[in-house]
Amino acid sequence: MVSKKNTLMPIKVKKLNFEKGQRKLLTDISCEIKAKGITIILGPNGAGKTLFLKFLHGLISDSSSEVTFANKTLNKSIRKQQSMVFQSPILLRRSVFKNISFALQQRTKIINKEKILKVLKRVDLLNLVNENAILLSGGEKQRLSLARAIVTLPKVLFLDEATSNLDPYSIQIIEKIIKEVNKQGTKVIAVTHDLLQAKRLANDIIFINKGRMCEFTGAKIFFSKPKSREGKLFMAGKLIV
Amino acid sequence: MDIYWDSIFTAINLIVSFDQKLIEVFFLSFKVTIIALFISCLIGLPLGTFLATQTFKGRNLLIGIINSLMSLPPVVVGLFVYINLSRAGPFGWLGILYTPTAMIIAQIILILPIIAGLTTQIIEDLQENYNDLFISLVTPKITTIKAYIIDARYSLITVVLAGLAKGISEVGAVIIVGGNIDHLTRVMTTTITMETSKGELSLALALGIILLITSITINLIVTYKKYNIKDRYYGK
Repeated sequence: MVSKKNTLMPIKVKKLNFEKGQRKLLTDISCEIKAKGITIILGPNGAGKTLFLKFLHGLISDSSSEVTFANKTLNKSIRKQQSMVFQSPILLRRSVFKNISFALQQRTKIINKEKILKVLKRVDLLNLVNENAILLSGGEKQRLSLARAIVTLPKVLFLDEATSNLDPYSIQIIEKIIKEVNKQGTKVIAVTHDLLQAKRLANDIIFINKGRMCEFTGAKIFFSKPKSREGKLFMAGKLIV
Repeated sequence: MDIYWDSIFTAINLIVSFDQKLIEVFFLSFKVTIIALFISCLIGLPLGTFLATQTFKGRNLLIGIINSLMSLPPVVVGLFVYINLSRAGPFGWLGILYTPTAMIIAQIILILPIIAGLTTQIIEDLQENYNDLFISLVTPKITTIKAYIIDARYSLITVVLAGLAKGISEVGAVIIVGGNIDHLTRVMTTTITMETSKGELSLALALGIILLITSITINLIVTYKKYNIKDRYYGK
């Protein structure tokens, strides 16, 4: 279990800008995430949600911007305390067990078989422990990705549309685990454009549109009375990218 | 058509009579190529993986050079190794010209770019898929290189087979640096060349048939094993 006191909080982002060619993909995003709950990054397709998440996790970096965790600039040692689940599951061409053991070995240098079997049971993949990960179904692959992400007991868990195109059973398991790990002290930051899922999970919402952060507010406020014009249009299903 | 039948009968005769000369050149051919292939894989697989996964100044130029070296003419390689290993050359003091060691060096120069170049292409494709995961897991570079080689193992078997084909069929370089000396550096391909120049076409063709059958057999066994293991693991 992760210590309830999360030593990577607060998360601060200062003047995040990113452009590719002539296109400005992220513009001047600054925010401070203090709450330990589940933060959902919401926005339409192509808004820059995934890019923002990748910046937070350090998969992309830019010298002009600053991302800090507990007032320390994001570095390898901080990243080692985080995990990410990608939209398209990235799995090694190995067995289910070896996919988890590889991740665990990167963090703890020890392969704890009991721990691996326990996490596989949690995502209901125990019966597929020796199967080749490439042969799993979409839902199974994503559950395996989640198992790999949580086995290292991360202090921050990033999820990039982890349940898009999944069956209800897999969505249910993933959402249940997200809530559980958050209760155990892991800060969860997840990207989605699924409003219903955001309502089910979110404690607060970061709303992004066209690379700009339009709103960062509590989930209840956002879903009842969004402050930004874009937020209102998005809720009404009228926001066009 | 008689020449073909003569050759087939000669080939069968050479095999069933356990012809001492044939056995000698046959085993030397494979010894030289297998050692050259092993050393080329030892260097080429990690080098190709490194080039595919790391970014540094001059990387693209280096990949371009390796790709160009894949089509090196064997006689040019032979000449280059000959000049360097001859008494007047910088490595003449080693005294290894006209030995199997010189032949192995020449074959490494020919096989290494194939192994490294093809490995780079295969791992580059895999890297596009794995890159974000390895950054996220903060995986050390040496571990990522090992992981890429392990996960691309089935494709890399084909690369090794391409290296084997290049080495075993090569004649231009080994004849220059080996000298085709009887009982010392005479291999299948140089014997075929020599017998052809002597007008012993049946014997040359017989040796060619033996070389061809051996080469095809090795490729078939390795390919069968590769797909057998792959099917068992990935399903059909």
